[in-house]
Amino acid sequence: MIQFALNGQLQKLDQADPNLSILTWLRTKMRLTATKEGCGSGDCGACTVIMGTPDPSGDMRYEAVNSCIALIGSLHGRHLITLEAFQQTPCHPVQQAMIEQHASQCGFCTPGIVMSLIALHAHQAGQPAPRPAVLEALSGNLCRCTGYRPIVAAGQQAMVQQWQPDTPGHPARGLADPARDPILTVDSSGDACLAPPSGARFDAPASLAALIELRRRHPRAQLVAGSTDLALNITQGLARFEHLISVSRVPELRGCQVEDGALVIGAATTFTELRAPLSQYWPAFDGLLERLGSLQIRNRGTLGGNIGNASPIGDMPPALIALGATLVLNGPDGERRLPLESFFLGYKNTDLRPGEFIHSVRLPLPAADTRLFIYKVSKRLDDDISAVLGAFHLTVSDGRVSDCRLAYGGMAATPARARQAESALRGQAWTETTVAAAVAALDQDFSPLSDVRASAEYRRRVAGNLLRRALAASRPDERNQPLTVTDYA
Amino acid sequence: MRKLPLNTPTPARSARGVAGSASYHDSAWKHVSGQARYIDDLPRPEGLLYAAVGHSAQAHARILSMDLSAVAAYPGVVAVVTAADVPGHLDIGPVFPGDPLLAGEHVEYVGQPLFAVAATSHDTARKAARLAKVEYQPLEAVITVEQALARQRFVRPSQRQQRGDPDRALAEAPHRLRGEQRVGGQEHFYLESQACLVEPTEDGGMFVHTSSQHPSEVQKLVAEVLGLPIHEVQAEVRRMGGGFGGKETQAAPVACIAALLAHVTGRPVSYRLARADDMIQTGKRHDFYNTYDIGFDDDGRIHGADIMVAGRCGYSPDLSDAIVDRAMFHADNAYFLDNARVVGHRCKTHTVSNTAFRGFGGPQGMMVIEQAIEDIARHLGKDPLDVRLLNCYRPGRDTTHYGQVIEQHVLPTLMASLAESAEYRRRRREIADFNRTSPVLKRGLALTPVKFGISFTAKHLNQAGALVHIYTDGSIHVNHGGTEMGQGLYIKVAQVVATAFQVDLDRIKVSATRTDKVPNTSPTAASSGSDLNGMAALDACEKIRERLIAFAADHGSVPEDQVQFHDNQVRIGDRRMPWPEFIQAAYLNRVSLSSSGFYATPKIHYDATTGTGRPFLYYANGAACSEVVVDTLTGEYRALRTDILQDVGRSLNPAIDIGQIEGGFVQGMGWLTTEELVYHEDGRLLTTGPATYKIPAVSDCPPDLRVQLLADSPNHEATVFHSKAVGEPPLMLGISVWSALRDAVSSLTGYRFSPPLDPPATPETVLNAVAASQQWLARQEGA
Repeated sequence: MIQFALNGQLQKLDQADPNLSILTWLRTKMRLTATKEGCGSGDCGACTVIMGTPDPSGDMRYEAVNSCIALIGSLHGRHLITLEAFQQTPCHPVQQAMIEQHASQCGFCTPGIVMSLIALHAHQAGQPAPRPAVLEALSGNLCRCTGYRPIVAAGQQAMVQQWQPDTPGHPARGLADPARDPILTVDSSGDACLAPPSGARFDAPASLAALIELRRRHPRAQLVAGSTDLALNITQGLARFEHLISVSRVPELRGCQVEDGALVIGAATTFTELRAPLSQYWPAFDGLLERLGSLQIRNRGTLGGNIGNASPIGDMPPALIALGATLVLNGPDGERRLPLESFFLGYKNTDLRPGEFIHSVRLPLPAADTRLFIYKVSKRLDDDISAVLGAFHLTVSDGRVSDCRLAYGGMAATPARARQAESALRGQAWTETTVAAAVAALDQDFSPLSDVRASAEYRRRVAGNLLRRALAASRPDERNQPLTVTDYA
Repeated sequence: MRKLPLNTPTPARSARGVAGSASYHDSAWKHVSGQARYIDDLPRPEGLLYAAVGHSAQAHARILSMDLSAVAAYPGVVAVVTAADVPGHLDIGPVFPGDPLLAGEHVEYVGQPLFAVAATSHDTARKAARLAKVEYQPLEAVITVEQALARQRFVRPSQRQQRGDPDRALAEAPHRLRGEQRVGGQEHFYLESQACLVEPTEDGGMFVHTSSQHPSEVQKLVAEVLGLPIHEVQAEVRRMGGGFGGKETQAAPVACIAALLAHVTGRPVSYRLARADDMIQTGKRHDFYNTYDIGFDDDGRIHGADIMVAGRCGYSPDLSDAIVDRAMFHADNAYFLDNARVVGHRCKTHTVSNTAFRGFGGPQGMMVIEQAIEDIARHLGKDPLDVRLLNCYRPGRDTTHYGQVIEQHVLPTLMASLAESAEYRRRRREIADFNRTSPVLKRGLALTPVKFGISFTAKHLNQAGALVHIYTDGSIHVNHGGTEMGQGLYIKVAQVVATAFQVDLDRIKVSATRTDKVPNTSPTAASSGSDLNGMAALDACEKIRERLIAFAADHGSVPEDQVQFHDNQVRIGDRRMPWPEFIQAAYLNRVSLSSSGFYATPKIHYDATTGTGRPFLYYANGAACSEVVVDTLTGEYRALRTDILQDVGRSLNPAIDIGQIEGGFVQGMGWLTTEELVYHEDGRLLTTGPATYKIPAVSDCPPDLRVQLLADSPNHEATVFHSKAVGEPPLMLGISVWSALRDAVSSLTGYRFSPPLDPPATPETVLNAVAASQQWLARQEGA
């Protein structure tokens, strides 16, 4: 059984098929239709809902998520808030501002946009939101009618307004007063599962030991965390999983901490959770994480998922490889550590053994004179998948590259290092001549493919040019000038 | 006869929400609270089934066998139908034949529906539909426009328009340039995919809830497919979650398939397309291959032009005849071509049948002349804006290549005014300075005009009906043939009615568009929604007003000219009656409080055999000035600022109009930048969802976007309160972003080389233009 709150009301489910998305459950089982399906793949945001999660200290965190690719089992212990919570007057300031700014036309994307902005509003607590914060909140919400200008204006207008629900039993009162969120009255600490008679099963263990035991007993069961990629098999591929094991509630797999000179990031840590700790040591991650998926995706997607799905165009692996990350695996046969780059064996193929799971990633803390550059190139700036991603970790002392690790996504069947290019740089002066040699060497490192995102020729050319950009970015005289188009907000 | 002289004063504004006020969209609260119902939100009738179809996996093939046993045996499947189960017409081509509802022995695109399934859930239907075993005998497939041109394969005959002697003008012109371009297509990406809910009624009829811009056509085709008289079928459209042309003809097959399944099972059927199915199965904006040959003098003045436009129509005509016509009508955009020939080809390919999309071919036609104008400017070393201004239609140089004379000259002053307010000249200098010193990032600037013809080019479609009822409490119910897809048509028509009776807007309710209230309607398309339906509603109001005035004059014993409607009251001589009391009195005195209304657009005609006429009642005009920054290492770019000045005549609702302008601009920008439809050479569409097909997202909107409506520019034609259409024209303002990108890349060569930049100008395309510019420079230096 799983238990959660839906718009202030406690719910218990034990008969639901674990392959159900939250969206399908809302729309077909509950007939709550304010939440819309635009794409069923987490790319348009029409299905955005707010998920409230109690953190270990007892505070609530409210986040916008895509309900079309979040599975029903992930609701356990959480408060799901949909737009049905906001159908009485007086309305929420976000709704008022959306009306006053003429920010809806056909209205189909509007519920998702309102939910994204209400989630931002809960974080802002009546404080003005700078334009980039509003853009980030809306990065996963497509609107085909308005062109967005009035929506951004509505967002900015609403953020400075206070919201207090007029009735004590308001279904979303937690957003204004998190301590009174009804989910906090529910003890959801133990292992949970959904095991309907129809057969499919969802396990959500609450401890490392329980996870290991489940993996021992069911080594072929599918692991799941945020399901931002996995759920596409269900919604697009029409597949069905007989047994899902969630890693999201295992405390050891969550969060970031410094340990023995390394930053250790639990595999089930979401991108939103890891952004600040990671960017504190390597500021380049901040720009990458602003453009990895959308906010909705970052609120659900995890580091372990981004590594485990072994996509050649995952955004995190190249950057982690460039930093010399160690991957920590665990399972019934104990812990195993290996360099992240050797985890990827081929296209969508990894060294993960039956029963194993990704436990954490260890990143050696930055040494003096090192700098990390991460450049993502995609067709669209928001919420797009990389055509090429270059991550360059350079140690430059006295104008020479004493050490370097260059890693790319989108250039091979796996995220991979550019070892020939590294050789061309190592020990050389950090100059245009050296970079030109490294660029030439990239041709020996990679033979990229053409696909819907880019041609092989484009990938080849851009991969080299990103090294040129890194060189320009490391010249002090140009640091104050924008170097990329993303520097213009 | 209605009197709408040009000098009618702006309608009085004492009642709230009359024409000219920035009233909120009538569904705004329902939108933001999730209470606006779309098809899939409707209460589910007892016994509802869900539909899905099986798709052709081949672009062109003969079907040797189709084994549907596994589909039928899948648990939850209630019915499986093929072409053989259609009791009436199989062909549902909207204008010309060629669109079988379900394929028979011959398939002509990947994604063509072969059979349909009804099952107990959406998911079950989709899963079952994938279980068919189909044997194909592949035939030669023609995929691209160029392949079709080479084989002379067309869905409709080619057309030609000519004015003067272009061959001689080209031969004698001091300068002559030739060029070509490939203009990409566009997926509508309405957020609500195609959907309908069909319920069988007594007498074997059907009630169809549809998300369609053309409910009358849905009604007619459902009736034809089922072999019923049209009166047995009713179609209702409350609202669409976006249309953009994609639900003009493309909603009908969905409704017909659902109706066929409802007919076979006797149960209501819901058919909603999953996003990928929608993208694979339904038509899009035509991609075009265009060429030009243009002659001009030292100043850049065009002497003659020979232009070819060729659209990829897909496997059937659909609306392609009119779409390619409109591309031809707009191959001049805003420019006097003097001696000109425009030839248009409707290319038949084994791909989905392309269809209406905001602009309807006009944008693709404009692109050819906008590219040519810039090429002229760079050839002569001039600012493209100067060449644009020089060639802009103006008195004396005012006849189009199809013979229509431009009567209201708005653009020369509009463009000058925008250049002034956007500080084009100063920024042009600043950008040139920036580009000289910035090694990697380059900025670009462009100001481009839009002149867009308003009217359906199919003359019979320029008609509309409306129905107005006043109830005894004074509340007013309006129904008309137009559909609401977000564009604010309902609120605009309600404002027209509020103006006619001078009552507050909240007394008026516009209800769902239904074929049994207003019959034989035209599609809500061609930007004509408020022009046509606003006038039809006004006609109905004026009929009721005449009766009310006669009654009031008689009742109050005053001459009719002493009866006035003002601020929710009726003044009868010295007496004032509140509106509800007056209506109550009229009712008690047996005055009819209901009327239909009708409108047919005057003046228009066109002769396709001579390629001449007056296809448009008037032109909508606008211009945009956009600035971009481009990264010459990666081709990435960002739009920084856009200024727009648009002529909407005397606006019915400035807030709604600005919404149309901003939304149209961003949609046009998306078409020309990030929205790339990629087809495999075997005809499969590879970009089948928003993960790979990238419409503009929030940060693509220029951070500095300034939209103004042109002041004091009432329509010279007698349109509803002298407003102008606003639905499609702003889409083409997006051309300014494409031009600005080209301008930025052209800075690499000191603006001497006009780089190729076939839209969509993805980062890769931009980087290719950078490379071409660098190669040109290298050649110059080598020479």
